[in-house]
Amino acid sequence: MENLSLEGSAKVPTVKFDAENGVLELKGRSIPENSIEFYKPLNEWIEKYGENPKSNTIVDIKLEYFNTSSSKCILDLFKQLEKLNNKDTDVQINWYFEEDDEDMEEAGEDYQAIIDLPFKMIEVEEI
Amino acid sequence: MTSIYDIFKRLDEKNILLSFKGMITSELLTTILSIMESKMDSYEEKPKVKRKVFNVLVECLQNLYHHIDIDNPEIEEFDKSALLMIAKNEDNYEIMTGNYMESKNVELLKSKLDIVNSMDKAELKAYYKKVLSNGERSDKGTAGLGMIDIARKSGQKLEYYFLETDKDTTFFSLTVKIAE
Repeated sequence: MENLSLEGSAKVPTVKFDAENGVLELKGRSIPENSIEFYKPLNEWIEKYGENPKSNTIVDIKLEYFNTSSSKCILDLFKQLEKLNNKDTDVQINWYFEEDDEDMEEAGEDYQAIIDLPFKMIEVEEI
Repeated sequence: MTSIYDIFKRLDEKNILLSFKGMITSELLTTILSIMESKMDSYEEKPKVKRKVFNVLVECLQNLYHHIDIDNPEIEEFDKSALLMIAKNEDNYEIMTGNYMESKNVELLKSKLDIVNSMDKAELKAYYKKVLSNGERSDKGTAGLGMIDIARKSGQKLEYYFLETDKDTTFFSLTVKIAE
């Protein structure tokens, strides 16, 4: 299947969903006014990927900021992956956050508490 | 012309970095965020403070963007513009917004604000998680998390005021402080 590659902007993250390697990356900012519209093609891609996934799926979340309307969409995305996990693929979430960014670290922990997927918290100097 | 001087003086006394009155559009939102980012960069603001101010500002602006709407045909003259002011004081940043809303929605908003203001850090975290995982979405795609997130990031009580301007409309003002 085709990869999903979207260029980021001041309001939306760069999306690199690689079906061949089973690596899904979101990087940058997610603060669009209409987040449902932005995330819809991402959900659709995962839906299709789920029909024939790699044995391991790595999800790299490298977000600098996200707004509350995106937080709901990110949760929906994780829920979709939760359904795929342990069936045809093992899903692993890598949640990146910058050194002193406690808010982003906490946001990752919030998801970890809600979603039944293995989370790895990764502290980096700069995203 | 003295009135312009008066406004200038008032803004200056209040340490206003940026002020805007008008309709909040998507483009304007992007521009305000970018201006505030470069201003904070030029002050060599701590990344932590920068992130919090940015985050709160995004939510405040998007509240203004999404919620200034009126669906009551009986209210004819409705000013959809908003006022935004950002102040940099000695030990904090202040984000202030003002806008008209329908009086019938005041109660609901006030109760939301009071709930958030009654909670400490841990309670806000738990409440955020609850609304995130159970909450529904409005037809505008908003998740009802805005005020909770603003309170979490600010770490201080939200100050608000409702002024009934006539029987149908109320002016709502909100002040959010972010400590340096």
